Amino acid sequence: MTDPRTRKPVLEVEGLQTVFHDLEGAWPAINALDLTIYEGEVLGLVGESGSGKSVAGFSILGLIDTPGEITAGRVLFQGKDLREMDEESLRKLRGADLSMIFQDPLTTLNPVLTIGEQMGEAITEHGQADAEALRRRCIDTLTKVGITSPEERLSQYPHELSGGMRQRVVIAIALLNSPKVIIADEPTTALDVTIQSQIIAEMQRLQHDSGAALIWISHDLGVVAELADRIAVMYAGDIVEIGTTDEVLDRPRHPYTRGLLDSVPGDVPPGEPLRQIEGSAPPLNARPFGCPFHPRCAQATDLCRSSDPAPQGDGAGRIWRCHHPITAQEAA
Amino acid sequence: MLTFVTQRLLQSVAVLFAVSIAVFLAVYAVGNPVDLLISPEATQAERAEMIARLGLDRPVWAQYLTFLGNALQGDLGTSFVHGQPALSLILSRIPATFELVVSALLLASIIGIPIGLWVGLNDGSLGARAVMTGSILGYSIPSFWKGMVLILVCAVWLNWLPASGRGDTVTVLGVPFSFLTVDGLRHMAMPVINLAIPNIALMIRLTAAGASESARMDYVKFARAKGVRDTRIVRRHILRNILIPIVTVLGVEFGSLIAFSTITETVFAWPGMGKLLITSIYQLDRPVVVAYVMLVTFIFVTVNLLVDFAYAALDPRVKLSERMS
Ligand SMILES: Nc1ncnc2c1ncn2[C@@H]1O[C@H](COP(=O)(O)OP(=O)(O)O)[C@@H](O)[C@H]1O
Ligand code: SF4
Ligand SMILES: [Mg+2]
Repeated sequence: MTDPRTRKPVLEVEGLQTVFHDLEGAWPAINALDLTIYEGEVLGLVGESGSGKSVAGFSILGLIDTPGEITAGRVLFQGKDLREMDEESLRKLRGADLSMIFQDPLTTLNPVLTIGEQMGEAITEHGQADAEALRRRCIDTLTKVGITSPEERLSQYPHELSGGMRQRVVIAIALLNSPKVIIADEPTTALDVTIQSQIIAEMQRLQHDSGAALIWISHDLGVVAELADRIAVMYAGDIVEIGTTDEVLDRPRHPYTRGLLDSVPGDVPPGEPLRQIEGSAPPLNARPFGCPFHPRCAQATDLCRSSDPAPQGDGAGRIWRCHHPITAQEAA
Repeated sequence: MLTFVTQRLLQSVAVLFAVSIAVFLAVYAVGNPVDLLISPEATQAERAEMIARLGLDRPVWAQYLTFLGNALQGDLGTSFVHGQPALSLILSRIPATFELVVSALLLASIIGIPIGLWVGLNDGSLGARAVMTGSILGYSIPSFWKGMVLILVCAVWLNWLPASGRGDTVTVLGVPFSFLTVDGLRHMAMPVINLAIPNIALMIRLTAAGASESARMDYVKFARAKGVRDTRIVRRHILRNILIPIVTVLGVEFGSLIAFSTITETVFAWPGMGKLLITSIYQLDRPVVVAYVMLVTFIFVTVNLLVDFAYAALDPRVKLSERMS
């Protein structure tokens, strides 16, 4: 695969911060997020549950509700800042150029509306289409995502379809308007393993055929490793490491990435226990001072406990955020 | 679908049977109507003759079967006071009550649903909280008290509205209606408002709770991620979901307003079936009381049946569970 960083960026996220308010104050769920998505690439966004991946996805689309608030940053799509746009222009982008796939197909579709209506509105809310053209487009897209007897599905309700089928419908909806960027928020996590791998394979094919850039969010580094051209690792609302998939998998620079790699089942000889990272991600209102990972990090020093490391890079798009990055020799 | 319909029909018939037994036991077996019907000076022989004529010497179950047999033929007894069949007496009062109840529910929906929607979608705002607090008053103030305050303010002090009766009516297909004349509407205003107030509050709370819950659902967020306009999200995604509880509650409220319009009809001297009930109770006109209870039960059961069918029509998931069962 060619390095996606040689292509044109489609989406540039700069310093994006989203906080959640409670009675005690405002707690950042994502902190000054910087991320560039290149045309047609697959970017894997990984991190443990609670690290801010979903909030990052929703913040890009401007879909944060109270008590959440996007407090800083820019989201540039084709050079235009989404955060400066009025709500109507943003609405026109959503579901057209930028689309999203949610985690749980059982709750994503409205239980009392037919599949046909829920697909159709994604088209009609973005432009005119006569009934027959609309039908054709829905049927074609359902066929594309591997749904059998698509005509019948249009008049069915979500509960008449299996979880895997529903997620395919959701994927079809995300593809309807040929988006430039698709954000897929753990689209297979709620499905059982066999369906999961089918859908991953299909997403790969669909992404390749459509040429859309795909942000694939997952807590599972193993899944992301299969799919992604590049990987961004998130911890406590920060991106702590970015690189191509090979770079990140073969030469992780951040101890957290290292920990995630060690806990991927495929890498451990059978019989040996998986090494999980001790502890869990901090809650929003208890972010450790200094490097937020220090309570769980074996390499932590006094420096780590007193100062939050700034992002560093190699100038070619490889970025890490650690006072004591793992060197190439250590990684090997 | 057919099994669902027959199942529900059978249930409704069972409820009617159960109520008929309860009413029969309560009104005919407890206490002796002879004491009320015959003068205290009557001789023992006269008493015995009366008891035999009314069939009161027969066992309870036999008396019940006679009652049931007559009831099935539409004969619920003859009013002691008016000397006409109890059922037709009540039926002649139904239009007046229906007129009040339907108008009250219409008013409650027209006012309550939009306000509830606004409250639900502006969850936690000062205005929304004020409306929610106010709505508690709406259904905790007793009906008779509200009615009297209305009369005091609108009729006695301000002299705006008439305080009693139906006013001028227009007869359509042999049935008199008040809502077709200005005078009739003026007479309806206070009783309708009185009946509507708790239902406005109920509609507001029901719609608000449904809307704020629905607005937080993933399918609403997904609709926004699809680029669907807010107006359409409210109309199709949110309202369509909360229509199900709204229709259910409206149906149930229709039944209970028919049954409980008694107080309002009494306060405003509205000649509906509730007013007739109260009068009949005072006059110990038992056949009318029994007929009233049976008829109201019948209306209640029928409305619930219709609500269930409406529910099945509105919620696609209901059909599935019924197909599986
Ligand atoms: N609506 C919300 N209200 C308060 N806190 C929230 C809300 N949504 C997310 N958070 C918090 O933000 C953090 C990141 O959440 P999220 O982005 O969902 O994590 P994940 O990486 O698992 O997708 C978590 O600590 C979560 O508790
Ligand atoms: S900065 Fe220190 S504590 Fe944080 S990851 Fe690096 S070594 Fe560990
Ligand atoms: Mg998530």
